[in-house]
Amino acid sequence: MPRTLIKVPATAKRGEIIEIKTLISHPMESGFRVGPNGVPIPQDIITLFTCTYNGEEIFRAELSPAIAANPFLSFFTIACDSGTLAFHWSGDNGFAATETAAIAVE
Amino acid sequence: MNALASVLVGLTAGAMLLAVAATAADIPAEERRSGYDLMSRELKATQDDEAANPGMLAVLDGKAIWQRGEGAGGKSCATCHGDAGISMKAVAARYPTFDNTIGRPIDLEQRINRCRSEHQQVAPLPFEHKDLLALAAYVAHQSKEQPISVTDDARSRPFIEAGREIFELRQGQLNLSCAQCHDDNWGHHLGGAPIPQGHPTGYPIYRLEWQALGSLLRRLRNCLIGMRAETYPEDAPEIVALEYYLAWRARGLAMETPAVRP
Repeated sequence: MPRTLIKVPATAKRGEIIEIKTLISHPMESGFRVGPNGVPIPQDIITLFTCTYNGEEIFRAELSPAIAANPFLSFFTIACDSGTLAFHWSGDNGFAATETAAIAVE
Repeated sequence: MNALASVLVGLTAGAMLLAVAATAADIPAEERRSGYDLMSRELKATQDDEAANPGMLAVLDGKAIWQRGEGAGGKSCATCHGDAGISMKAVAARYPTFDNTIGRPIDLEQRINRCRSEHQQVAPLPFEHKDLLALAAYVAHQSKEQPISVTDDARSRPFIEAGREIFELRQGQLNLSCAQCHDDNWGHHLGGAPIPQGHPTGYPIYRLEWQALGSLLRRLRNCLIGMRAETYPEDAPEIVALEYYLAWRARGLAMETPAVRP
């Protein structure tokens, strides 16, 4: 089970621009490295990250082998309604992780 | 003739004094500062924000391991020590510390492993094991912002002095000592990288070069390899003596665990 750290403001005013920060533990093995035994280490990365706000997709990122371990993504959105932000990471070897955060909009 | 001789004697004495001053210059307390001060604005922000600091992922892992029962008795760290926020507060700032059983100092990772074998009756974790680093990060995080304050008494003095000797010893193919960079040339540059004073304020650290958390032991081996010197074995008393001297040298500086470094 990967560790995640999510930072979403608990409350916001309607129409306010809010920053969302996400961090997930993942080795992001590029597939270009060779192990001590001379055998290439197979690629193992997160390939896709999406964020939905009350079911609607608001942010999407396709990740590449050049991205460092434990990818940190931060982005902005407009607080429109109270509800749930859902974060989803998926990648090589069937990797999948989901986290949610609640936000109250006044 | 006599005048010339006395000038020569004076010059020689002056040169000797300079040489002594150059090697015995401890960094005064008011000039002592963490490698944090030399980092870019972006890296400082990464370390300061607990939602962006990748070392916090390991702290969370450590918190889970702290509460996990292990061995036949199913004892966890929390069974004896309870809430780490109370029982472990400022503890890591006092490490390495003198251990009565073996009659020499041990560091935090060795202390955790001792607890595992004595009280949980499970095998000690290998050095640099993910779980050991996570536990050390969790325990040391409870000392964040506490001043480093290792014991300096008659019992530990010989080990601090032994550590200082290693710190000032020229070694490796480059014939360098730790002190030449970190006492005499801190603040200057080695290639593109600034030379820090080398204070162990944030271990285990998340190093971008490693893309992972690593211990002070790993950092010291890194430096020794850079000097093209032979590294010490993982459990060598010399390593703990050096760690003890480094902590004594950094006394008063605030703990930062988990620190982020380039």
